[in-house]
Amino acid sequence: MSHILLRHREIPDINNLNVYTKNGGFAAFKNAVTKMKPNEVTDVVKNSGLRGRGGAGFPTGMKWSFIDNKNWPHYVVANADESEPGTFKDREIMEGNPFQFLEGLALASYAVGANVAYVYLRGEFWELGAVLDQKIVEMEEAGYLGDKLFGTDYSLRIYNHLGAGAYICGEETALLESLEGKRGQPRVRPPFPPAVGLYGKPTIINNVETFANVPMILANGAEWYKSIGTSDSAGVKIFSLSGRVRKPGNYELPFGTTFRDLIYKHGGGVQDSRTVKAIMPAGASSSLIPVDDKVLDTPMDYATVRTLGADLGSASIIVIDDTVSMKWLINKTVHFFKHESCGKCTPCREGTYWMSHLTEDLQHNGSTGDVDLLLNVAKQMQGKCLCALGEFATMAVVTGIERFRKDFDNEVRA
Amino acid sequence: MSKQVKFTIDGTQVTAPEGMGVVDAAKMAGIDIPVFCHHPKLEPVGMCRMCLVEIGRPMRDRATGQFVIENGAPKIQFLPKLETACTNKVEEGMVVLTQTQSGKAKDGQKGTVEFLLTSHPLDCPICDKGGECPLQNLTMAHGPGKSRFIYDEKLRLGKRVPLGELIVLDQERCIQCARCVRFQDEIAGEPVIGFAERGRAMQIVSFSDPGFDSVFSGNTTDICPVGALTTVDFRFEARPWELEAAASICTQCPVGCNTTLNTRREAKAGGDFVVKRVMPRQNEEVNEIWICDKGRFAHHYTDSKKRLIKPLFRKDKKLTRASWDAATKLAADHFLAAKKDFLILASGRLANEDLFNLKSLADLSGGKAYLYSHMGGGELTSLVGVSNGTNFGSMGKGNTIIVVASDLYEEAPIWYLRVKQAAERGATLIVLNPRETKLERFATHALRYDYGDEAKFVHDLGKKGKVGEAFTSAENVIILFGSEGLGAAGTASLASACAKLLNDNGFVGKPNNGLIGVWERANDQGAWEIGFHVEEDLAKALKGKAIYIVGADPVADDPKLAKALGGAEFIAVQDVMETETTEIADVVLPAQAFTEREGTLTSGERRVQRFYPAVPPTGDSKPDFSITSQIARHMGIILEGTLVSAVFDILSDSIKSFEGLNYARLAEVKEQLPIVGRGDLYYGGTTYENTQGLGAHLSAAATRGETVSIPRVHASREAAPHPKEKELLAVPINKLYDRGTTVLASDLLHERIGDARVALHPETAKRLGFEEGQMVNVSFNGTSGDAVVRLDESISHGIALVPRSMGIAIREPVPVKVRSKVKA
Amino acid sequence: MLLKKYPKEVQQILSKYPPEGKRSAVMPLLFLAQREEGYVNKAAMQDIAKILDITETDVASIVRFYTLYHDKKAGKYHMQVCTDLPCALRGAEEFLDALCDNLGIEVGETTSDRFLTLEAVTCLAACDKAPMFQTQGPDGIKYHENMNVDKTMGLISVLKKSVT
Ligand SMILES: Cc1cc2nc3c(=O)[nH]c(=O)nc-3n(C[C@H](O)[C@H](O)[C@H](O)COP(=O)(O)O)c2cc1C
Ligand code: SF4
Ligand code: FES
Repeated sequence: MSHILLRHREIPDINNLNVYTKNGGFAAFKNAVTKMKPNEVTDVVKNSGLRGRGGAGFPTGMKWSFIDNKNWPHYVVANADESEPGTFKDREIMEGNPFQFLEGLALASYAVGANVAYVYLRGEFWELGAVLDQKIVEMEEAGYLGDKLFGTDYSLRIYNHLGAGAYICGEETALLESLEGKRGQPRVRPPFPPAVGLYGKPTIINNVETFANVPMILANGAEWYKSIGTSDSAGVKIFSLSGRVRKPGNYELPFGTTFRDLIYKHGGGVQDSRTVKAIMPAGASSSLIPVDDKVLDTPMDYATVRTLGADLGSASIIVIDDTVSMKWLINKTVHFFKHESCGKCTPCREGTYWMSHLTEDLQHNGSTGDVDLLLNVAKQMQGKCLCALGEFATMAVVTGIERFRKDFDNEVRA
Repeated sequence: MSKQVKFTIDGTQVTAPEGMGVVDAAKMAGIDIPVFCHHPKLEPVGMCRMCLVEIGRPMRDRATGQFVIENGAPKIQFLPKLETACTNKVEEGMVVLTQTQSGKAKDGQKGTVEFLLTSHPLDCPICDKGGECPLQNLTMAHGPGKSRFIYDEKLRLGKRVPLGELIVLDQERCIQCARCVRFQDEIAGEPVIGFAERGRAMQIVSFSDPGFDSVFSGNTTDICPVGALTTVDFRFEARPWELEAAASICTQCPVGCNTTLNTRREAKAGGDFVVKRVMPRQNEEVNEIWICDKGRFAHHYTDSKKRLIKPLFRKDKKLTRASWDAATKLAADHFLAAKKDFLILASGRLANEDLFNLKSLADLSGGKAYLYSHMGGGELTSLVGVSNGTNFGSMGKGNTIIVVASDLYEEAPIWYLRVKQAAERGATLIVLNPRETKLERFATHALRYDYGDEAKFVHDLGKKGKVGEAFTSAENVIILFGSEGLGAAGTASLASACAKLLNDNGFVGKPNNGLIGVWERANDQGAWEIGFHVEEDLAKALKGKAIYIVGADPVADDPKLAKALGGAEFIAVQDVMETETTEIADVVLPAQAFTEREGTLTSGERRVQRFYPAVPPTGDSKPDFSITSQIARHMGIILEGTLVSAVFDILSDSIKSFEGLNYARLAEVKEQLPIVGRGDLYYGGTTYENTQGLGAHLSAAATRGETVSIPRVHASREAAPHPKEKELLAVPINKLYDRGTTVLASDLLHERIGDARVALHPETAKRLGFEEGQMVNVSFNGTSGDAVVRLDESISHGIALVPRSMGIAIREPVPVKVRSKVKA
Repeated sequence: MLLKKYPKEVQQILSKYPPEGKRSAVMPLLFLAQREEGYVNKAAMQDIAKILDITETDVASIVRFYTLYHDKKAGKYHMQVCTDLPCALRGAEEFLDALCDNLGIEVGETTSDRFLTLEAVTCLAACDKAPMFQTQGPDGIKYHENMNVDKTMGLISVLKKSVT
């Protein structure tokens, strides 16, 4: 099957504007702006069944329809912060097929009546940012951005904004704070961004991959898109495959592809031919799924993965083989979250700090009592944090201990 | 009034305004939900996660949008997670279960306390907050019995990290609730403290220069829910439970903030009570629950070594001890002999009762009584000043506030704060000043005029386009006028221009309308009401007279006055402290400080408020009003009233605007929101509840049904003089921390007072060859003084700004020569 | 200083945000300021505060929230090796150890010639190309993927040549 998102893999130089337009680029945007009403664009996206690719899987068209039309101006923001350990798909889209992402962003802006859109890139994407700046200039010169597009009254500008190293800025309200020039700490929700977002104005935030889907959906229709994937999760997904596999990388596959196909057919199997012990389907914030044949044959879509006691999230599949120590693994994830906790709320700030003491101790001289305490501290954090980061910090710990308790008991003092 | 909603909390149905936070609504219903980050004056942020509760909402049918009814009542749907009661707003039909009804909520709160304590040093025995600490109290009430966090390597952080010279941070105790940061940002509008780092490494820092550069900094120590922020004044000074409390009024500016003086017996004071700290006392119509740092820290003059303790008189050219009787008799004899040449010079530092007795003495003896102030215009604030029902806290849309010739931040900080907040609520704020002031940031319109043009500018305000419209189309208008660049004559004509504008447009005699003077002292307004006036050419008036100076230090303030007093016939000085003026006196009479006695003050908003004794009198000092009675008696004049309340009764009988007021009336209180200062310090902070009186407004002429006519503005008197070649126009401005007697005695503030200075535009300085920090000599009219040059781009060319009470005695705009001082 | 030296850049940065969102420019301005010496000094923070009409404390608290800003002088280049879970599963920790041995410094330290500061960082979105690191230096931030010690030492000598 040819790619819908990672089209640069088949079409050389699609990151060149001419090549992109020759391959149908910006036809959907022009058609929408000249021939469609904004809410018609939203309706197509709604009908396509597209769900957000940033992690939560929220229906995209529905989110757009929540925009508060009593309060203006509106903004659209692309979440290109991509910082979840194990996720590296948005970067490939923006490097390989940047115009498709930008066209999707433009379509979203038109759909919700925004005249300004920002791309919030993690600061490490410095070089990519410079390239995107250039692509935006090219679009302006070609008449795809600027005032009175295609002879209509619609105007649109896109600006890049670089973050500066903070995972929390992927959380949408922290992202907005950061974009407003403040410390990236999440806001209390509600109100949600479609009501009160950037500069207090209604704002739509989507993931890069989400936007990249939109031009194809508008070009080929909602029915076409819905025909791909599963009834729960329409279309294709880029699975970022990492960890102990032979061929890590991004794989664009329809929802419903099994873990086995991803790991063995596409990823070339496990390094050193070991067996898969666990899978983290959503990066470091994921629950750990103990793997057996039944799990490997599970189709990957949002609903089905949930039956395994985990979320598919951003589909960053980290493969853990039987050589990996579980106490080492949770120490890694806890240190990540401790480092990235913004510090705003008590359970996350203090909990990640406490957990890191405990997981660190487990590496050398911990006891089973420490394991119990760790589990208890993690659970004490759950359901109490201001944003999902604090929750994420507990996932590997709780599922690691509960689902692999024997590993811990074997590795620590009684 | 906003819409009310009914909701249920712990099984009780209560009503609260729609949109109110659950914590605040619960509080009103008498239910305490523990909080750390939430504060009723700040926007909710949901950070600390202490207020976790279960919340259920009536379920709606997805299709119809109607409530789902089950067993005849709306079906309530609870979310699986606990929610923060601070950020959730009450809704019709909502059901809230707090820690007393929900085990889940109780566990959640317990977990939060445990988390907080993992990084907390638990050094309560040596903590200033111990005894009034929300963390301590809420741990007892809601925390776990013991800690499971047993690491020896518990965080070790800075115990004494000065954020500035007044506020010290203990990094270990901080629980990152951000109340202080949010106070500075939201309420003070000066985000000069903030967080650095993130996660567990997050710490409060200040990068301003000087550190924590805000005159509201002390308030952060009141709302800090732990002992992380302390003032250098109180740090390690006493334990909260040892302290006694007495209600008082701040005497540092015309706002009249309600305060509480905390006192304790102290060995170093010979076992006497001394004031250990000044705390805000709630008065939502005056200072809410805040005070400025001057009010908090400048009280030390009352226990200064320079306090006068015995009456003195001059014998063989030297001041020697005398009995009260002898000293007052000597003064009385000279005053009697002087007849028409008996002159009283009194300042607005005195209480209403003191001023009333002084004025009566002048009237009955045929002498004169002058108010010692550089400002005129008080006849007009007495006539068209604000009155009953006026409250900055109620102003918003529909109100216009004009501030002219005043830098409110420096002159009346709490008015600055309240005017700013009114503007943020939608009031139209018009700031008129020759240079930029801090308040401008919040102004709807900011206009500039040249020094000397203020009265004309105000007179023509109605014609000034948008601004004129904003004025004429307003529902209510208040004008605050000050004395930036103006002397007594200038302020008088500015006041009459303002009064005329208000009166002609009907903005008088109703709530939230009228004229306010940004006076030099706390009770200047009272002095005007009682009938004092300022004398424009005071030096001339003083010559050859028998003078009774009360609460003023003209010798230190102005060489011209010092010289004039040199030629006086006789001088009696009554004050709390030794001053340069007491040094030249023939008789010195020691007065009690406001901390030692009772009395009333009239604020700039014309609110009469009582203050109470907190500590015993120093030495043989007496209250001013009774010293005056004693002198009067020797002159054969009986001033009735030995009790201060009796003097007040006579005053209110004889002065129309005071009619109907008495001490009992001034001591009345009513319920104020938010609820603060009871056993529940966790909520509003350590601010005191007001149980001793909210005071009362004076009536206004217009509400009394009197016709008001405002004298025409004398255009000729207002224009500033024109400096000659090589001269600059020096204009006086006002500075919060100056070298005044009641400020300078507090060592704590010295860094903020700084040196005598003259501020110039960089271009002006360049033209004259001056650099920032250079020493210069400023001379005019035969007097001169040294000062340091400061550069400031907001000043007009050719102008030299000279702060008052900072060593160079400029009372009104004058041409000056500024010369470079040869370096020593 | 910033305004005088880079007037065009500053204006261009400001033009991206609406007037009420002027403060948004703080992050790009900090990157601009950091170009100068590899870290943001006090004068630059004052500058930015003034341009944006915010307090110096506001600016400093931003600098000290985000890891890509530095408020102290370090090596000319920051070499930031990702040792997060996915990279660690592919040998990143061993790679970093070997690098330390070769450079003769510990993680967090700067080489004696003040050329390089070696750091371990969290995920850089290059998990499939571990071991990898980014360099942060006068030429901005660059990714170096599928690295080994030899390639890294080679890169360092190329970088050294390019700046001298
Ligand atoms: C801690 C945290 C980190 C996140 N990081 C990212 C991210 O790097 N990229 C992203 O697109 N979404 C991220 N999200 C999800 C966003 O908050 C948001 O849901 C998403 O951008 C919405 O876009 P979508 O509807 O297209 O998925 C993160 C969420 C949390 C709680
Ligand atoms: S959960 Fe963590 S990251 Fe989220 S607000 Fe709380 S402290 Fe910040
Ligand atoms: S989270 Fe509600 S009071 Fe702090």
